[in-house]
Amino acid sequence: MPSAALLGQSLLAGIFAGALYGLLGLGLTLSWGMLRQINLAHFALVFLGGYLTYQLAAAGFDPLATLALIAPAFFILGVALHALLARFKVGILNTLLVTYGFTVMLESLLQWIWSADYRRMDSHYGAVKWKVGELFVSLPELITLAIACATALAMWAVLRYTDLGKALRAIAEDAPMAAAFGVNHKLLSLLLSGLCAALAAVAGTCLALTYTLAPSQMYAWIGVVFAVVMIGGLGNPLGPLVAGLAIGVSEALTMAITAPAWAPLVSFSLLIGALLVRPQRF
Amino acid sequence: MKPVAAFVLVGAALAVAPFLGLPAFYESFLYLVFSWVVLATSWNLLSGYAGYFSFGHAAFFGAGVYATAVLGGKLGWSLLATLPLAAGVPALLGVTLGAVIFRVRALRGELFAVLTLAVTFVVSTIVLNTPIDGGPGVMLSAVSIPKLAPSPSGTFYLMALILALISVYISYRVYHSRFGTGLFAIHDDEEVAEVMGVPTYRFKLGAFALSCALAGLAGGIHGVFVSYVTVAETFGHWLALYVILMAAIGGTRHWLGPALGAALVTTLLYAFTASEHALGGRAVVGLVLILVILFLPQGLLGRFSRRAAFPRKELIPPDASIAVANKERLLVIRGASKAFKGVQALAGVDLEVRRGEILGLVGPNGSGKSTLINVVSGHYPLDGGSIVFEGREIAGEAPHRIASGGIARTYQIPRPFAHLSVLENVALPPMFGRVAMDRGRAESEAWRWLEFTNLSGKAGRLPAELNLHERKFLELARALASRPKLLFLDEVLSGMTPSEMDEAIRLVRAIREQGATIVFVEHVMRAVMELTDRVVVLTNGRTIAEGVPREVMRNPQVIDAYLGAAHA
Repeated sequence: MPSAALLGQSLLAGIFAGALYGLLGLGLTLSWGMLRQINLAHFALVFLGGYLTYQLAAAGFDPLATLALIAPAFFILGVALHALLARFKVGILNTLLVTYGFTVMLESLLQWIWSADYRRMDSHYGAVKWKVGELFVSLPELITLAIACATALAMWAVLRYTDLGKALRAIAEDAPMAAAFGVNHKLLSLLLSGLCAALAAVAGTCLALTYTLAPSQMYAWIGVVFAVVMIGGLGNPLGPLVAGLAIGVSEALTMAITAPAWAPLVSFSLLIGALLVRPQRF
Repeated sequence: MKPVAAFVLVGAALAVAPFLGLPAFYESFLYLVFSWVVLATSWNLLSGYAGYFSFGHAAFFGAGVYATAVLGGKLGWSLLATLPLAAGVPALLGVTLGAVIFRVRALRGELFAVLTLAVTFVVSTIVLNTPIDGGPGVMLSAVSIPKLAPSPSGTFYLMALILALISVYISYRVYHSRFGTGLFAIHDDEEVAEVMGVPTYRFKLGAFALSCALAGLAGGIHGVFVSYVTVAETFGHWLALYVILMAAIGGTRHWLGPALGAALVTTLLYAFTASEHALGGRAVVGLVLILVILFLPQGLLGRFSRRAAFPRKELIPPDASIAVANKERLLVIRGASKAFKGVQALAGVDLEVRRGEILGLVGPNGSGKSTLINVVSGHYPLDGGSIVFEGREIAGEAPHRIASGGIARTYQIPRPFAHLSVLENVALPPMFGRVAMDRGRAESEAWRWLEFTNLSGKAGRLPAELNLHERKFLELARALASRPKLLFLDEVLSGMTPSEMDEAIRLVRAIREQGATIVFVEHVMRAVMELTDRVVVLTNGRTIAEGVPREVMRNPQVIDAYLGAAHA
């Protein structure tokens, strides 16, 4: 059995990893649950965002400030993606295929520009670390956790309390009926898709802050993040964060107790377990 | 020419190649083509036909690779001896995964797609971290292969050719069979397929097992072909992408589509990898996938993927048992209850249906009529109570079992299988109903009911080309074709013009004369009065009145239920 300090550190690492899972899952759960699109390209966008942050940081920008540039640009990408999918009336499973195509294209692009090597962003945030008792906490991880909580809560509040949120939920429930009641569902869907892509940009910046980047790594995130999205409940903005923290912690404990290599099995097992215990929930 | 003969002939012609003394390069290239034909065709059995997109084909291929790697590379078995397990291990893996996912009711397709995305990663993690591989890869160069041709590359060519022919032949047979029809029906509307008697769960598992086994066989052979296997190479996500692309390009609803796509894409990829543009090649693959889905969603063979109708055979004489209304109780429902999140849709319904009668089931909207049909047909499980049909308890049975017991239904809003022709739609229930005919006989049977409902002129059309009342009649024809003992008609008259209604009423009478007992759910009181022998009134999930139509309709409780208490 590992020591208490190691377990505590693992727990903390799990919470931080889980926050990033939640952040990646937020855009996915909204587009899947509310727009009926399974956007595999979300992962490629996150990595594109990560690389752009990396590049701009190398040019002297503050990593967080780069979002002011990247997020609006991604918003437009998201709008364009939805416009394409809506124009061709692509069914939900086919959105998975189309965005798979985009994922592969973006991966090739990333590899062409930044090569297949691992890249690590240098930033002044990275150097900041604190020692709390016997545990170490780094600033980039805290930033990620804070952003993940803030975006999830903000999305939840918007959907819950604003007219915009009500309209979006009405669209998710029954788009033609919402349209009949005067909701401009085409415009709002474009908006939401743009927002999801902007969330990918945010996740990308956080990814660059805390992880090393390589184009092929995007596939490593797919399984766990989809598990987070599904366990959290489709379309529920708080779901990915809660499920992400749970999975992150379970993975970290698995790593501490067995071997790091077994971590990828945790999310899958949890999802299969959820399916077996409560199939009616899905 | 018989299809088997055609396959053997094509195979024999292609089998000559290794004996012509061609450079080994051609044999190896064609080996790759055949290998991809196997993978794409096997993927299509479940994912194309039944519409459950799998992103995990690499996992099943890889399971086959490593079954052979362990048995052949580590334990010294010959290639042929390893193949049964190279097929068996992936099939078992697929069935286990399917057994979990296919039980989920909603989101099955999406859940399946996403879970299969993860499964490749999971299987590769297990292989990498256990003695199966452990990290360094496995050498297979010492595995003995059968000597089918003068050179090893010729032998691999022949093995892949045989496997490709088997895969395409299986694809062809499934496509034309009862099994395939069931899979196509699952693709279009799984719930309706189940209610029409298709054992959907078993069919999906069967197709998945077959698909995984073939992928595993290709993997087993491929492991020895490349002679050194690693986890990274074997479980790359490219395999799933290529396979999906191949099937999509060729056409997922045609038995030959994936094979055609495999040949095209393999050649295209070769052209790229042979040049300096491997990276660009991948991007092009991604782009082609997008363009195909957007602009050619049916694939190259899409326009040829309508199955030819069978020649009409001699009609089978109808059941001699023309029933007369009698006192025998065909269906007895006692205390049936069903709640949805606190809404008590059925609150202890008692109902009897007597053989040969037309029973009217009426009640205001929301009174539980449709829920009642749904619990009898097995679509919803019952919370409490019992349903006995012909002396047998059917509550809790799978819908397809109930259907083959002789209960059929129509849907208020018609739910035809969108990609099957009108004839195929009507021929489906006889294939899975209580008679279980083969496709040819079922189509002959279908013609009879198309004539009965005046739809024979539209037999070759797709349901989308019919107007509403024709679609309602299609619902009827489909329910009749299963030759039900008990038929639930759910508001067949709604949305019809008065003259169409007269036609429908004549039809319902004719159905009873064929020997079926009918439960007639309807709001059109004229038709209820005209047609039914007995009426049961349902309100708030309870039966409140029962008896001869004229008397029941004068019952003050019934008037209350329909018009509100103030009226009485």
